[in-house]
Amino acid sequence: MPIAASFEIEYLQYLDADGKLVRKDLPAFAKDMETMVKLYKLMVSTRVFDAKSIALQRTGKLGTYASCLGHEAAHVGIGSAMKPEDVLAPSYREYGAQLFRGVQPREVYMYWGGDERGNDYQNEPARHDFAWSVPIGTQCLHAAGSALAFKIRKEKRVAVCTIGDGGSSKGDFYGAINIAGAQTLPMVAVIVNNQWAISVPRRIQSSAKTLAQKGIAAGLPSIQVDGNDIIAVRKAMEDALDRARRGEGASVIECVTYRLGDHTTADDARRYREDAEVKDAWTKDPVKRLRIYLEAHKAWNEKKEKALQEECGDWMDNEVNAYLESKVQPVSAMFDYTFAEVPADLAKQRELALSFEKGAH
Amino acid sequence: MAAITLIEAVTQALAYEMQHDDSVVVLGEDVGVNGGVFRATVGLQEKFGELRVLDTPLDETTIAGVTVGLAAQGMKPVAEAQFEGFIYPMMEQIACHAARLRNRTRGRITVPAVFRAPWGGGIRAPEHHSEANEHLFTNIPGLRVVLPSSPARAYGLLLAAIRDPDPVMFFEPKRIYRQYKEEVPDDGEALPLDVCFVLRDGTDVTLVTWGAQVKETLEAADALAEEGISAEVIDVATLTPLDFDTIAESVQKTGRCVIVHEAPKTAGFGAEIAARLAEECMYDLLAPVMRVTGYDTHIPLFRLEMKYLPSTERIVEAAKRAIAAS
Repeated sequence: MPIAASFEIEYLQYLDADGKLVRKDLPAFAKDMETMVKLYKLMVSTRVFDAKSIALQRTGKLGTYASCLGHEAAHVGIGSAMKPEDVLAPSYREYGAQLFRGVQPREVYMYWGGDERGNDYQNEPARHDFAWSVPIGTQCLHAAGSALAFKIRKEKRVAVCTIGDGGSSKGDFYGAINIAGAQTLPMVAVIVNNQWAISVPRRIQSSAKTLAQKGIAAGLPSIQVDGNDIIAVRKAMEDALDRARRGEGASVIECVTYRLGDHTTADDARRYREDAEVKDAWTKDPVKRLRIYLEAHKAWNEKKEKALQEECGDWMDNEVNAYLESKVQPVSAMFDYTFAEVPADLAKQRELALSFEKGAH
Repeated sequence: MAAITLIEAVTQALAYEMQHDDSVVVLGEDVGVNGGVFRATVGLQEKFGELRVLDTPLDETTIAGVTVGLAAQGMKPVAEAQFEGFIYPMMEQIACHAARLRNRTRGRITVPAVFRAPWGGGIRAPEHHSEANEHLFTNIPGLRVVLPSSPARAYGLLLAAIRDPDPVMFFEPKRIYRQYKEEVPDDGEALPLDVCFVLRDGTDVTLVTWGAQVKETLEAADALAEEGISAEVIDVATLTPLDFDTIAESVQKTGRCVIVHEAPKTAGFGAEIAARLAEECMYDLLAPVMRVTGYDTHIPLFRLEMKYLPSTERIVEAAKRAIAAS
């Protein structure tokens, strides 16, 4: 029978779990130890930041927090490949990408600590990125809409959305890659497949052999990469971003990684997954393998590691203090951002709320 | 200046604003070559191109989410839901993002978007094509819910909606899309949002309504006048944020109020107005507040739909009951 269409999904990996190169065609950035050390530092910072967040939650200083442990290569790979003028539409876990783009740890703490100001990223380029999106998959369409705006205005910018393996089941994800394909939009959709959507394993999301191939249905170049290999993630991102910037449209990248922590601090993953699986996943640790690579190139050593750990600790202490010292917003803040101007009817409700603050009752 | 229908006023407003503001874009199903299934966007793609008048894939969620993304980048998208009964897949994007982004980012990201939808029954349409669900949106903070009821108000309010820095639901009463024509100068003059329009002065009873029911309500006021009852008619126009003061002033004068709407009665927006009257105008009332609404049923298929929609007769009957009560 004639074939109407066929496809293949390439798998990209440079650094294996032991930090050994499995390909010879290394991208230029991977040979530049200054760049690689910078990426490593951010991955370590992200991990230290994450541990600090969980500690804050465990001591009652933070609300529910979604850990990014194990995703460092995927997230830093995404953030570091983007240009400042690009736009990131993240879900709620991609701190590695966001720290790279200027989000401050204190802002993350603020958000999970129950304060909307955490979404008001102060530093560019994060300031023009989207805020965390909790409703699963919805942010993909914001990236598509942003990409459409860039295309209409003829701006050489790319919108990037990230989504989990669970999120790739949502119609919003398909809607986004579908219109991005149909309209040749400058967009990159990254599926950070960490194997678990809270308690539901990857196999229950889809019988598709890869999640990357969902992009084929939308007519997009699609690739699966080792999401614990920063070189592979960044290379795939760079290729996709270049393609988008050249006006050749969107791409889908599936980063295969593993959620080493619980879904959030409100979750207990021991209820639904085996310790052996987690133990095995630790052998593929993205941070460890990059360190081995750097040490093999004499770009890293124990002394530098110790200094970095101290530096990260100091940074986080400073950020935690800034968060803990921040004052609660006035009650009026509940009303002041509902509309550009507070409507008369809402102003009456604000007045009522404020009257209780003044002890008028 | 030619007289135009309500739907032509919608087209006129879209064309005016697209002409004067490059950031205005129109998107939806069939809005391009076809000019929309009701022809609201007719001629726009020819004038402004395929990207600014974009035929989207057939997915309401996509339309709504892309609209949020466009608006977040400083565009002013006007999205069309082909029928208000098809709007449900848009609700997550509207409630969780369009209406919320300003608040949750402390004003860093805003969504100056308009979501248009042909609204309501009475055109003998197929199932799911006749819904009136404005009350599902009036409970969402950060949204404006606007319903025009004449060609002039469609033009002026749509211009205002597009220029507004926050998201606006713009529900167009399709039953009166082509009911009559009036002269609407294409001068780019917007009407104010967040205010009610007093369409007729009266002293005995206040009739409060919006959308297509403005027609029956004005007819009811005529019928009541023949019997010596003076009815004031208010077109709420912007349901939220509500201009309650205009309604309160009228009811303080007349002492009686009949609220007319097409949506089901229970938890319809009439309930909110009635509650506010009870809270703030209790001692001005000479009679219980009456509601003339769709029933708490699904709008029937079209053989029965006119029995569902509030009729002039039902409005007159309610007004007379209010008069008789005091």
